[in-house]
Amino acid sequence: MQISGAQMVIEALIAEEVEVIFGYPGGAIMNVYDEIYKQSSFQHVLTRHEQAAVHAAEGYAKASGKVGVAMITSGPGFTNAITGIADAYMDSIPLVVISGQVPMSLIGTDAFQEIDAVGISRPCTKHNYLVTDAADLPRVLKEAFYLARTGRPGPIHVDIPKDVTAQIATFDYSKDVDIETYKPTVKGNARQIKKAIEAIASAKRPLLYLGGGIINANAADLVRQFSTMTQIPAVETFMARGTLHHADPLLISMLGMHGSYAANMAMSETDLVIGLGVRFDDRVTGKLSEFAKHAQIIHVDIDPASISKLVNAHFPIVGDVKNILEAMIPLAKEQIDPSRYEPWHNTIANFNKLHPLSYTEEGDRLKPQWVVQRIGELLGDDANISTDVGQHQMWTAQFYPFSRPRQWISSGGLGTMGFGFPAAIGVKRADLGRVSINITGDGSILMNIQELMTAVEFDLPVINVILNNNFLGMVRQWQTMFYDKRHSQTDLSIQPDFIKLAESFGGIGYRVSTKEEFDFALKDAVEKNVVAIIDVAVNRFENVLPMVPAGGSLFNMMLEYKEK
Amino acid sequence: MEEARRVISVIVLNEASVLSRISGLFSGRGYNIDSLTVAPIPDSKYSRVTIVTAGSVRVIEQITKQLHKLIPVLKVYEHADLVEKEMAMVKIPLSESISDIEALAHAYNGRIVNVSHDTLIVMVADEPHRVGHFLEAIKRFHPKEIVRSGSVALER
Repeated sequence: MQISGAQMVIEALIAEEVEVIFGYPGGAIMNVYDEIYKQSSFQHVLTRHEQAAVHAAEGYAKASGKVGVAMITSGPGFTNAITGIADAYMDSIPLVVISGQVPMSLIGTDAFQEIDAVGISRPCTKHNYLVTDAADLPRVLKEAFYLARTGRPGPIHVDIPKDVTAQIATFDYSKDVDIETYKPTVKGNARQIKKAIEAIASAKRPLLYLGGGIINANAADLVRQFSTMTQIPAVETFMARGTLHHADPLLISMLGMHGSYAANMAMSETDLVIGLGVRFDDRVTGKLSEFAKHAQIIHVDIDPASISKLVNAHFPIVGDVKNILEAMIPLAKEQIDPSRYEPWHNTIANFNKLHPLSYTEEGDRLKPQWVVQRIGELLGDDANISTDVGQHQMWTAQFYPFSRPRQWISSGGLGTMGFGFPAAIGVKRADLGRVSINITGDGSILMNIQELMTAVEFDLPVINVILNNNFLGMVRQWQTMFYDKRHSQTDLSIQPDFIKLAESFGGIGYRVSTKEEFDFALKDAVEKNVVAIIDVAVNRFENVLPMVPAGGSLFNMMLEYKEK
Repeated sequence: MEEARRVISVIVLNEASVLSRISGLFSGRGYNIDSLTVAPIPDSKYSRVTIVTAGSVRVIEQITKQLHKLIPVLKVYEHADLVEKEMAMVKIPLSESISDIEALAHAYNGRIVNVSHDTLIVMVADEPHRVGHFLEAIKRFHPKEIVRSGSVALER
């Protein structure tokens, strides 16, 4: 088939069974947009900013498990998108990002809207391509989708000069991808797996340390099976929320900087860490030399570079966590006696009793934690929960009753404010049957507020719940605790009228300061099924607790904070 | 942690961007590359890159893994028992004693390779530390310019 480069992009997206892409047109990508206009195989969602296009593609990918696709133009279109690309890289989200580039003859001449896009995206993509000949496009696009979803998933960036999108060449998408230099290890080493099971069988206080890799590998069901069968308690990382059901008695809670006392103590007391799809992030481990000090480490991950990067693994197992669990389960059934860990369960129950995750109701204003819990009570499993970044994000991770994988969509690695709303739009597009909630802060929401227009235009009714404390809350918390209350540039008392703001875009706004008002607003927004902002006035000085101060040891938590 | 000199040998696909992918792994982490050589492997679509750097065991292990992770990288040799050579060329004024220079070069697998109307160029090829010794010794002939190739290495 002899077609143009632009047509090839369309044909490749169709061949990959893409149902929606998120993007924003511009000069260098116009040939492709012309072909988008002519086709009806997939939807194009026009976001109002390129960063939002990538975040929406991320949300779509996280909620659906498919590869997300974003399209942008050269120069500023691309540089706006880079935050989203970096975010996807940090959180291992499969994306294909296609950008226009100035024509080949102008590359390197400081042409209008020219930037070295592959030079910029190189350190924050799994791989990238500058396509200099349309004949390469079918192979490159097919490789891009393949690389995005296999191995450790990640964003792939394809930069296509304008003249290449006009160039006619042969389109053949039938050839299988064969990259000699890229053969990810899927199957775990059988001997290591055997040794790991032996270690578990002889451990006294083993602990499952569950990470986001489980969600990516669609392995949550197997994790549930493994933990139930062996009765080994589990902690989840921020990225792994929803792996175990919130009511699962084996789930302790989230660990790390804002993890629960019990989770962090369990990690400090365990004699065998079973890390599945984790990377020992600094927000999880705290002070490395004190992390799981008494434990041997089993580390299962698809990325060999993650293993023994920060914490030395005694039993490294490279491979797909799903595949490895399938191999572990029959061995565990034979060798592991679940009653063996009963004393350990008692220890953990004591930790839980001693300092459960909690907050106190006081003062006139609502507590942000209550709002999160209440959303959980009212919507539970019927909602997918996205967040922005800051205090509201940590309260959501702590207090929302997650019940399934892919219910929780948040920017973990990069910590990108402005992620939540566009991501929630992508989540809604992926899962139309469920309510898409973005729990956000009064700081974060303004970083991509223009997406009200996208959500309204494409009828993707996201409900934004602003936990409004008139502060850039997380930074304010650190300033209170570690900077002698010098609240430098964090007071956000000057605010827009969020209700009018929502209305001006064609959505609905609710101003909430009581529990009754909140219940009404959330139920009304869900029932009306429209784009909404619920602006909840919450306690201004609430802190996220417990807290392991940066660089501190997990067992040395700040459980409460009294203002000096 | 103790820093040691390391030679890393990488087999990569011949692609326009591959060198920047590799050097980016070092620059993005603030590590120096002491020398880097690249040339195509005959009759293949691969090139061999030889990198000399310094770092702790942990750092080098991490860099090796990150190199592996790059899509166009086929193989990374780090622990391998490597035979390592480097060449250097030195430009010297013709006023110096040619026979002395010739004798010195000879001791380091070298010779005079070019003579112009007022300078000569001498080249040597030897182990990197021996090249260093040669460059010390050649100082007395008042070299005007020196160029080192960087190491190339091959597994035994």
